[in-house]
Amino acid sequence: MSQSGNDAVGMDFLESTPRKLVTVYLPLTAFLFVLLFPFYWMAITSFKPNKELLSRDGNPFWIIEPTLAHVNKLLFQTAYPQWMWNTVLVSVVATFFSLAASVLAAYAIERLRFSGAKQTGLAIFLAYLVPPSILFIPLASVVFQLGLFDTRLALILTYPTFLIPFCTWLLMGYFRTIPFELEECALIDGANRWQILVKIVLPLAVPGLISAGIFAFTLSWNEFIYALTFVSSSEIKTLPVGVVTELVEGDVYHWGSLMAGALFGSLPVAFIYSFFVEYYVSGLTGAVKE
Amino acid sequence: MTLLQRLENSRNALGLLFLLPAAALLLFFLTYPLGLGIWLGFTDTKVGRAGVWVGLENYEYLFGDSVARLSLFNTVFYTAVASVVKFVLGLWLALLLNKHMPFKAFIRAIVLLPFIVPTALSAIAFWWIFDAQFSIISWALMKMGLIDKYIDFLGEPWNARFSVIAANVWRGVPFVAITLLAGLQTISPSYYEASAIDGATPWQQFRHVTLPLLTPIIAVVMTFSVLFTFTDFQLIYVITRGGPLNATHLMATLSFQRAISGGALGEGAAISIAMVPFLLGAILFSYFGLQRRAWQQGGADK
Repeated sequence: MSQSGNDAVGMDFLESTPRKLVTVYLPLTAFLFVLLFPFYWMAITSFKPNKELLSRDGNPFWIIEPTLAHVNKLLFQTAYPQWMWNTVLVSVVATFFSLAASVLAAYAIERLRFSGAKQTGLAIFLAYLVPPSILFIPLASVVFQLGLFDTRLALILTYPTFLIPFCTWLLMGYFRTIPFELEECALIDGANRWQILVKIVLPLAVPGLISAGIFAFTLSWNEFIYALTFVSSSEIKTLPVGVVTELVEGDVYHWGSLMAGALFGSLPVAFIYSFFVEYYVSGLTGAVKE
Repeated sequence: MTLLQRLENSRNALGLLFLLPAAALLLFFLTYPLGLGIWLGFTDTKVGRAGVWVGLENYEYLFGDSVARLSLFNTVFYTAVASVVKFVLGLWLALLLNKHMPFKAFIRAIVLLPFIVPTALSAIAFWWIFDAQFSIISWALMKMGLIDKYIDFLGEPWNARFSVIAANVWRGVPFVAITLLAGLQTISPSYYEASAIDGATPWQQFRHVTLPLLTPIIAVVMTFSVLFTFTDFQLIYVITRGGPLNATHLMATLSFQRAISGGALGEGAAISIAMVPFLLGAILFSYFGLQRRAWQQGGADK
């Protein structure tokens, strides 16, 4: 997305404003409305009193008497803060570990060019295509045999199965763009491979590291099926699993606190994303384009 | 020379050392479980009881099981409809975002929001939006006078199927749009100028310039999209749990129900493994898409 900007301008001057209004702005507004409405709905439901939530009269798009009751219930009567902490812990640790392992692997595949490097690169790509929904059953049995069932470690160890292939694949693309000459110079000056990696390659690959890190963090934050399968105690659950499994009690749906839980669970990733939009997008498109 | 220096100078030894953490983890937590899954599919393993080899019995049983067959139909239907809609809407959105407009960067950034928030959490929002009694969609349609009673979005099989497809499309369109947009930006404007001078209409430009140049990236993006949709789990698990009457059960949710909730690990594993042939099909599709990319960019046919 680096060349976003002027290359699309081309012949835009040929389109008149009224025409553009119908062909561009109108459909775009409709798209944005549909894409953003669920967030608005989450937010407004979180602060609406039950009386207004469970009534068909009045205007549902607005709140007459905003309330913090749902948020209060969520924060002080459920294990929500604990789920949030579990998610942060698992995501951060899994991301850092995967990033470190991926840097080494990508450097080995792309730069050390050991025999079989090409095949290993292909294997990494194939590993990236293995979806968690066909792995979770045998993985559950592995986790159980290791005695890791119902621990955060189970998640920290299994998340890298989708993080490492993704990060390695992305970083291989970044390392490929770094000129060989830089490494050759350093080798002549007597640097060893480790010094080259730390002092030459990594500083040049910082944008790639940020892309991979941000993407890996959001993938871990959003992970659901492993966390649902490998954990059963409330105090170990991650946020998405906790909200889905613990806030629904029988047939009584506490829509206010459910929506507040969904909203506050989405805000941290949205917040981090807002600072690194370009990196995130280049991670997304980079992984697809290679 | 010390051993350490010899290691440093051997690319194979050093490569192996660098690869070790990633390889060890992937072999143990990805390759081994994949093999274990295939093996479990041929056994009658239950939770807490090691199984014995039963050959193709699980697959024979599932073939005769109407719920399993329904879940296969649902998965194919869900994937086909959702992928086509995501492609059409995603391409349209990408074309819109490629136009020159104010606040372009900001609009692009917020378009991706549905894709980055946890699916399980946005699915809860859809669950509430599709509520039988207080659905905002029903409310709005009533006020407009288009319907005379609230729609039972999740209680009736076909309504439920289309409702979960709508939620899946909502989440997937930004991914398709943003990745296709990256492809659109690599097309040089001079093609459009040249075709305009030759008198091409906007439709002809789209059909004969944009689409052929975009085909390689479309192939890859749609492969990923099909892959994610086919193996989808969270959306269904959160919104309908497979109901009503198993009408929205996908193979992934059914395998979870049979293996984890029901304890029949062997049977559940067999359902997951039955997804593999479809996934291989998608990967081959991607492979040939990538091949086409090479010659379109002037590279040699491999």
